[in-house]
Amino acid sequence: MNATRFYIATACLIFFTISCGSGDDDNESNGNRSNQIDILGAGATFPAPLITDMADTYRRKTDNQVTVNYQSIGSGGGIRQFIEQTIMFGMSEAFLSDEVMSEIERSTGGRAFNIPITLADVVPTYNLPGIDKGIVFNGELLVEIFLGNITTWNDPKIAQLNPVLKLPRMPITVVHRSDGSGTTNVWTSYLSRVSDEWASKVGYATSVNWPTGIGGNGNEGVAGVVRNTPGTIGYNSLSYAILNNISYGSVINSSGNLIEPSYEATSEAANIDLPEDTRILFTNTPAEYGYPIAGFAWMLVYEHLDRNEAINNREMAEELIRFLLWSITDGQEFSEDIGYARLPEAAVEKNINMISQLKWEGEAIGQEILKENNLL
Amino acid sequence: MGVYVRQKQLTKKFLSQPPSILYRWLGDKIFAAVIVVVGISIIALAFSMALVLFGEGSQAIYKFGFFGFLTGSTWDPSVQLKFGALPFLLGTAITSVGALMLSFFPAIAIAIFTAEYAPLWLSRIIDNLINLIAAVPSVVVGIWGIFVFAPWMRDTAYMPVYQWTSEHFPSLLPVLGNPIGYGMSTATIVLALMIVPFTTALTRDAINRVPVAQREAAWALGATRWEVIRLGVLPYARGGILAGSILSFGRAIGETMAVAMLIGNKNTLPFSIMGPAATMPSVIINEFREAVENIHLSSLMAVGFILFVISLIINIFAAYLSRKFSISGGQSI
Repeated sequence: MNATRFYIATACLIFFTISCGSGDDDNESNGNRSNQIDILGAGATFPAPLITDMADTYRRKTDNQVTVNYQSIGSGGGIRQFIEQTIMFGMSEAFLSDEVMSEIERSTGGRAFNIPITLADVVPTYNLPGIDKGIVFNGELLVEIFLGNITTWNDPKIAQLNPVLKLPRMPITVVHRSDGSGTTNVWTSYLSRVSDEWASKVGYATSVNWPTGIGGNGNEGVAGVVRNTPGTIGYNSLSYAILNNISYGSVINSSGNLIEPSYEATSEAANIDLPEDTRILFTNTPAEYGYPIAGFAWMLVYEHLDRNEAINNREMAEELIRFLLWSITDGQEFSEDIGYARLPEAAVEKNINMISQLKWEGEAIGQEILKENNLL
Repeated sequence: MGVYVRQKQLTKKFLSQPPSILYRWLGDKIFAAVIVVVGISIIALAFSMALVLFGEGSQAIYKFGFFGFLTGSTWDPSVQLKFGALPFLLGTAITSVGALMLSFFPAIAIAIFTAEYAPLWLSRIIDNLINLIAAVPSVVVGIWGIFVFAPWMRDTAYMPVYQWTSEHFPSLLPVLGNPIGYGMSTATIVLALMIVPFTTALTRDAINRVPVAQREAAWALGATRWEVIRLGVLPYARGGILAGSILSFGRAIGETMAVAMLIGNKNTLPFSIMGPAATMPSVIINEFREAVENIHLSSLMAVGFILFVISLIINIFAAYLSRKFSISGGQSI
């Protein structure tokens, strides 16, 4: 018994040594990378499937030399770990507050960049027997429903927007996320934008003090309740609603256009005049054909990468920038296939501008890498 | 005979080869030291957990005051950033007391049946099935609750009751709450189901520890089977039974996932019977991951600290009960 164990252990050890050795050989043939590099990031749950997918593609693209290790610990955790410098990049569905930005400026002598990496879109999902699709909502209507002021489906305010549909006389049950989530942040920020009453009573955050309704845990919790219960209205990310075949409504945007949720309409929503640091909530977007309930998910990096204790050397910093650059350009290619809207031109432009300011010990390595990729 | 020979051999071995001085002088001491360190480290671990929870939660406790935090009923993470734990304290108290009351008598009945009535093969089967319920992960119970139990309860119980009430006593509707199926009563029933195995197992152990002489004496006095159990067995086992149910109660208080999935998660008072509510573990698991504001996180930690203290009190209470009600100190859990 012990002998067998010993042999197995030895075999494993030998195998391990050999595989390490062969890895070194690959390095030499690959040329520009001398070490295997692990990019460590953590944060928001919503973009996790996208990042994991990107990481997988990127690892293959770099011959297993660069691995991205992303831990979906939530936006709050992502921001905290980013400030504590235990990760190379953070990920959040809320941009860093002015307070945090100035705190970082004090402690590192440089800014923190919020770099949009993908978009979150939230759709109103519902369960009404006989009406599988096509209910039209607008901001005021959604606010009234989620405040608990409209309580039946045949309310004249709903009927006014949906003159063709035969709405049943059925009580409305509101279903919201009970867990803190970026989805809730986007949803409530939209409701806050269209209604002062909502903004002052409930506000927007990853979790809020809901005036009515019941809470489901996670996208699946809300979807489960909505699918099982006639008369419910909830909110889910678009890809989740599509994948699980849940009915969702269209929303009239601020320009008065009726927008059916789609990845294109979501990307379009962010194709607006963005501020240089992209710290903006664009729910209720001014874009003419943009879907109004959408927001960015940001990657967080330090301007002075050398001041981040999680990045040990220049090489790691360069690989982080390369991955960042790839994920906002070529990496966007397959995002729609797995249920994420593409970054619009306007955002990519700002991102490249921010990347060009990234530094290592004062040297503008961001610019070098952009030149390397003919983007500057 | 064999044992005797072996004993003799051992004695001979030790007498012929006296152990080394080091062994003789230090052996016991080293062993004692290791045992003490291991034992104390568990206690230290528990205390350090409490300390960390308190430390992280202190910001909220200082800001709102300890009793202010306990009795505050606003939980607003967005506009006012004001936090009070009262809704969760109430939610936890109602659901776990309800679960205990629902599960207590069925659990005792099952324990009596398997320990006293059922033939051995049947009681083994029942024991295994009961243990199986205990082994189902609570998230699986939660999924079953979302997709099977809650819709079933809505259609067979809540809706008819709601309709009947709305016809006859419309004023009672706010007390009943939303009959959607996800709410306090569903969570309580599922919670009861989840703690039945614990109460059953602990009760059965307590019954099995009643000396045979106790039963035989009752038989000899001409008692019927029921009388034997009622007068001979149950009073003797009551300490263990009570302590067992208190421990199950502690489990119900700490149960997180299934409750979070079924209770409907409403963070504001008042709660209603069928409508949504929230408990201390459920709000922690719901909001901990994405809590961005420091005071929000700190408040969740403070809720965790309160939960820790309550669990501690319940465990101490269980130990006290089991000692107080045991007859001549014969049994304790």
